[in-house]
Amino acid sequence: MIEIADVGKRFVLHNQGGAILDVMHAACLNVRAGECVALVGASGAGKSTLMRMIWGNYRCDQGSIRVAGVELCGAQARDVLALRRSRLGYVSQFLRVIPRVPALNVVAEPLVVQGVDEDHARAQAAALLTRLNIPQRLWALSPTTFSGGEQQRVNIARGFIHPWPVMLLDEPTASLDAVNRAVVLDLIREAKTHGAAILGIFHDAAARDAVCDREVDMAQFTPAAAGAA
Amino acid sequence: MSAYNFAYLDEATKRMLRRAILKAVAIPGYQVPFSSREMPMPYGWGTGGVQVTAACLVPEDTLKVIDQGADDTTNAVSIRKFFERVADVAVTGQTAEASIIQTRHRIPETPLTEGQILVFQVPIPEPLRFLEPRETETRVMHALEDYGLMQVRLYEDIARHGEIARAYAYPVRVEGRYIMDPSPIPKFDNPKLDNSHALQLFGAGREGRIYALPPYTRVESLDFEDYPFTATKAAGQACALCGSTSSYLDEVITDDAGGRMFVCSDTDYCASRVAAQSQEDAA
Amino acid sequence: MTPLLQVEGLSKHYGNFLGCGDVSFTLWPGEVMGIVGESGSGKSTLLNCLAGHLTPDAGRVLFDTREQGLRDTLAMAESERRWLARTDWAFVHQNPRDGLRMNVSAGGNVGERLMAVGARHYGNIRSQATDWLDRVEIDTGRIDDRPRAFSGGMQQRLQIARNLVTGPRLVFMDEPTGGLDVSVQARLLDLMRGLVRRLGLSAVIVTHDLAVVRLLADRLMVMKDGRVVEDGLTDQVLDDPQHAYTQLLVSSVLQV
Repeated sequence: MIEIADVGKRFVLHNQGGAILDVMHAACLNVRAGECVALVGASGAGKSTLMRMIWGNYRCDQGSIRVAGVELCGAQARDVLALRRSRLGYVSQFLRVIPRVPALNVVAEPLVVQGVDEDHARAQAAALLTRLNIPQRLWALSPTTFSGGEQQRVNIARGFIHPWPVMLLDEPTASLDAVNRAVVLDLIREAKTHGAAILGIFHDAAARDAVCDREVDMAQFTPAAAGAA
Repeated sequence: MSAYNFAYLDEATKRMLRRAILKAVAIPGYQVPFSSREMPMPYGWGTGGVQVTAACLVPEDTLKVIDQGADDTTNAVSIRKFFERVADVAVTGQTAEASIIQTRHRIPETPLTEGQILVFQVPIPEPLRFLEPRETETRVMHALEDYGLMQVRLYEDIARHGEIARAYAYPVRVEGRYIMDPSPIPKFDNPKLDNSHALQLFGAGREGRIYALPPYTRVESLDFEDYPFTATKAAGQACALCGSTSSYLDEVITDDAGGRMFVCSDTDYCASRVAAQSQEDAA
Repeated sequence: MTPLLQVEGLSKHYGNFLGCGDVSFTLWPGEVMGIVGESGSGKSTLLNCLAGHLTPDAGRVLFDTREQGLRDTLAMAESERRWLARTDWAFVHQNPRDGLRMNVSAGGNVGERLMAVGARHYGNIRSQATDWLDRVEIDTGRIDDRPRAFSGGMQQRLQIARNLVTGPRLVFMDEPTGGLDVSVQARLLDLMRGLVRRLGLSAVIVTHDLAVVRLLADRLMVMKDGRVVEDGLTDQVLDDPQHAYTQLLVSSVLQV
């Protein structure tokens, strides 16, 4: 479902004397349906960069990234948007929402966008929030006022409300207590059972071992130190 | 008399006016600009109507002039005398006898007939003026039939007063096309504009505009489906002189003690009914 | 699928000064596009050219009309363009005073477009106006109040109701949240997002507020000195800007 071939990435910093940062070289990787793959490597190895290139908020300059059959290198904005609407899900580390919107609506939104009846979508959102132990009294409040762990769980609920065929997880268990961590791992296992292809970053080694089928070390795609200068 | 051309205006000016009138007749409800002349009376006293009348008059005409329905008020008397002097035409007070009737603020009660011309004096010809101050923009609005704003004004009336509060100069749509200001006639007279047998001409001297309703033109008063137009007048009153309950009435204060009476605004109509009644009484 | 709006080589000069130059893009149904850039970058000029308020020197603006498909709005008769402007298009001004009739009641403001396209039933017009006031979260008991008695945020929501009552397919917005308090902005953004999604609207939003476009816009166009310097997915342009100016713009935003 995710096919990455020969992908490279460089940043050109025009406002810092045109400095060029080569961060990735000839990255290759495949994730099949029902499989969970972990990206590993030291900080700065390009894990998040690759995730963002797959999500599409980082541009892909070299090589090929195919997600659910869609080529992302040079893709039109509307093709990427269509992909995100129903086939590609992303649990990021940070929640980005309009300040006033209630948590329940934030979680339900991905379904509503796809045309699911709003009441039905909210019912599903309520079920997920319950499962993730967000007290009902918080559902009508904006998550901007929540603690870090609560925000993270809202983010996870939003990410798992739709059975995306392809999912990207960026530190899904960070800042969670043991109980909620177990719930998230269950959610990941269920997604795999449904046939989702999952690519994730897990600093939590135990969590990684629990759900991931294999690991890909990003260090192998880091350009040689001499070449980067 | 030899000091003046017939009907005061020179022939070139009359030709200019007649061209404007013909164009106005050809495009019912459309305001045709014309080059308004100085007349020997102030603006606001009917200079537009006088110029249109002057352009229409021929020596065989019989002229009637009314002001608020009356033949004997200052404005009516002076305009009638003016044309007696500069055109030497016959004058009359009787609606049925007249071939041209110049009017301010009324349409006679006696139905008009084919061949008659009714000339209105118009102070402000643009029905959209108080909604949109820019002439350039009102012209475009007319051209594009962009008339939502006019309806908004009626909406506001109902929202605020429970009904369309406009009692005079009530806007009309001509042949389903142009929105037109019928001059400050009471809305009671609006139905008489529709499908009239007579030619109706409107002259605005200060603003230099002529517009027209040819005979048998469809004229609809603007309204809402659930708030239809009604031609109202003083309710439940009869004329104190002729007893008419169907004509438009003026309220006249008779003393300082609050005494008042309602009488027909159309003096010719009222007088002819009084005369007919005294004949019946005599018989 | 037919694009809703297709712009080709649009240019507008003010004398020798370039307003906007050679702008081309395609907007698809349901898409929200943001246009950002500093003051004088040509974004408002572009918006006004698209909406027919300004006549460009060159280019075409093709709109997917209901009856005849894609047509160049610049080649249309003024009457057709105005008809579009009060049916299929909407224009939300930065200053509500420019988009509202301040002497007309809230209900009259919302009803005007309905009446302009032929509505003649007072009761229906009023109930539609009531419905829309409710949708933009204005107390329906204030239907007969004039907008000058409203707060800035309410005026802006009234302007939106007035524009959307005829069910337009394309909304042009010029700094819709400018001049509003931050707390009021959030409410307006949420409202606009909900309306855009529920009604399947397409929109072109001009703003200098990057946070606004991140929340509202699917796509982003960055303008500088009348030219489009970069365009693409909103989060791609903001997170991985390619052009020097966009990089400067993004890095200049204060973090809260």
